[in-house]
Amino acid sequence: MLSCKDATQLISRSMDTSLPIVARIRLRLHLRICAWCARYKQQLLVIRDTLRRADAAGDRPEERAGETLSEDARERIRKSLRNP
Amino acid sequence: MMRKAGPVDPTEWVDRYGDYLFRYAMLRLRDRSRAEDLVQETFLAALKVRDSFSGHSSEGTWLVAILKHKIVDHFRRQSREVPLPDEGLPDSPADEPFDANGHWTTGPAEWGGNPADLFRQKKFLEQLTKCLAGLSPNLANAFTLREIDGADTQEICKVLRVTETNLWVILHRARARLRDCLETHWLGKRPAEES
Repeated sequence: MLSCKDATQLISRSMDTSLPIVARIRLRLHLRICAWCARYKQQLLVIRDTLRRADAAGDRPEERAGETLSEDARERIRKSLRNP
Repeated sequence: MMRKAGPVDPTEWVDRYGDYLFRYAMLRLRDRSRAEDLVQETFLAALKVRDSFSGHSSEGTWLVAILKHKIVDHFRRQSREVPLPDEGLPDSPADEPFDANGHWTTGPAEWGGNPADLFRQKKFLEQLTKCLAGLSPNLANAFTLREIDGADTQEICKVLRVTETNLWVILHRARARLRDCLETHWLGKRPAEES
């Protein structure tokens, strides 16, 4: 039986590559009976999903409000473009 | 997606693309002044090669591609300045909340509400980026390339000059620590400490 410690390692790896068949089956069985590891996996996926959505919202200022170049930086960059 | 637009006067780039590029850099670098510097470098590099801009892609897409290179270069430099020890990452008992048999000592807590809706909450993203900024550069950069950019692991190994086995450990640690940090600060489960 796969331990939770080993399961979390496999969960992480399964997010980066496809697991060998035996490991995949062991993990699937473990997740079916272990609510904690299943929750762990779901939370890692929520983290990934949140970051990818935030990135995709980069050109929608209403969703990424407050994240703008400072006036100073803006001025500095303009100046450097005028006299490169 | 970035709206398609014809080439504009470079001094107008700042108003048209500046904030977009800044948000792109900020999410990946977690450091305001460094993000601003790389946006500036991007515009200056673009100015030099402006004649080679083919117009096949939008100007915004072209600028992001330049910025992306600059960010990866920055990660590459950083991995040289703070190399991983040969034996890999030091083991920290805090990384693995398991007992001697590998069972959870304290299992992951419920984050409340529908987990699939968490991304809509601005505070959640804020806390997540704070937690990410608290990771060591080795962990945070690998995590960023993998989770935000979706780079494949071989590519990341080349940039950060680590073996694939080390990268699995790095990514596992980064994910476990981020999850733990979110649980602590998002749920306020334990008294919040400033990292």
